[in-house]
Amino acid sequence: MQQIFNFVIKNKTFLLFLLLFSIALTLTIQSHSYHRSKFINSANTLTGGVYGTVNSISKYFDLERKNDILLEENKRLRAQLFNSKNKLDSSYIDSTFSKGQYKVINAKVYKNSYSLTHNYLTINRGEKDSIKQDFGVITSKGIVGIIDQTSSGYATVLSILNKKSRINAMLKTTDHIGSLKWNSASPFYVQLEDVSKFAPVRVGDTIITGGQSAIFPKGIGIGVIESFETDIGGDTYTIEVKLFNDMTNIGSVYILENLDRNEVKTLESLSNE
Amino acid sequence: MNSVVISNSIRFIVLLLAQVIICNNINFLGYINPYIYIIFIFLFPIRDNRLVLLLVSFLLGMLIDMFSDSGGVHAAASVCLAYARPVLLKASFGMLYEHQSIKFSNTDLGSLITYVSFGTLIHHFILFSLEIFNVSNILLIIKKTLFSSIFTVILCVLIIILFSRKKK
Repeated sequence: MQQIFNFVIKNKTFLLFLLLFSIALTLTIQSHSYHRSKFINSANTLTGGVYGTVNSISKYFDLERKNDILLEENKRLRAQLFNSKNKLDSSYIDSTFSKGQYKVINAKVYKNSYSLTHNYLTINRGEKDSIKQDFGVITSKGIVGIIDQTSSGYATVLSILNKKSRINAMLKTTDHIGSLKWNSASPFYVQLEDVSKFAPVRVGDTIITGGQSAIFPKGIGIGVIESFETDIGGDTYTIEVKLFNDMTNIGSVYILENLDRNEVKTLESLSNE
Repeated sequence: MNSVVISNSIRFIVLLLAQVIICNNINFLGYINPYIYIIFIFLFPIRDNRLVLLLVSFLLGMLIDMFSDSGGVHAAASVCLAYARPVLLKASFGMLYEHQSIKFSNTDLGSLITYVSFGTLIHHFILFSLEIFNVSNILLIIKKTLFSSIFTVILCVLIIILFSRKKK
């Protein structure tokens, strides 16, 4: 017993180092699995508060650009409204009887990173705005990511620029689906993998979300095809997609809540049994 | 509370905020960021207990991790740097360290640069290895380590000279 104590006292520095290092290593390994540890993320009051303070100052510097984005979006929505074939009164939905499938919540981005291999955003909405894990996040141009961790006032978003990110996507012209990943090479390009070789892939075609995952509705823009190549097996295409969004410059986002999500999940788990 | 504790606490907070607010957003050439918070570990008082240094470095790394959503990579790298610090001090300052009489405000520039460079290399290599976490990307790890280290070393040495050299 005496010897054990002596050993501990003699090597206390090394043992403490080993302890701290293994804690850090555990957290690192945990962070590489899909849903990360609950403790170390920027969706908490301290980090959210600091980022919020900084954001409240820095937001003034690009007001003009944000105005332009809003104008652009308004223009597009107005064009859609005026050119829609069904007139407003015929598509009128009584909201007391029928709710839409998606609820949209706006949020501000407090932190954005794109130079790491595992990138996350921090936004200023959380559980008190009824934000939960696995809600979709988009901008007016295209998709951004999926909600990862939430606290009462803040949430982190698993960016599409993250090696863990897998998003169901498809070609706009046909319905050939694939899975959207990121190879961490450039923040402007993502890769669409496992597209069937029968798909008519052309450079310049649009890639949209596939709507098979109950996170994103079908048809949200992702990007355009920059180049493509056949896999080694020869059965599938891997497509290089240039994103519509400039992921290095994101100010405000929309969060999509799928109100039918639980129903879809229950149904899918039933048919999987 | 003496002045050493107070000045180190202030340095801790200032470096933490400078790192997460300014340095994490530089992204020079797309991916190069300096990690200046390790100045705190470099300048921690030498005569103080090593256990305290290990614990404080861990805390600093963990806070950086929390702000940048990176799991535990900064904590792991900081703890390693803190543990390796005596070896680095001995290698770069030699006799001065034996006599426990190093003052960072009046050491010669060469030893200081050696000390900071080797420390930064160790820290950044562990940092990027854990962040990328894939042996087949060893070239990417080495590239990131090298470029970020150059940036960090230059900034660290400049900051140390700027803030700690007393007027003669």
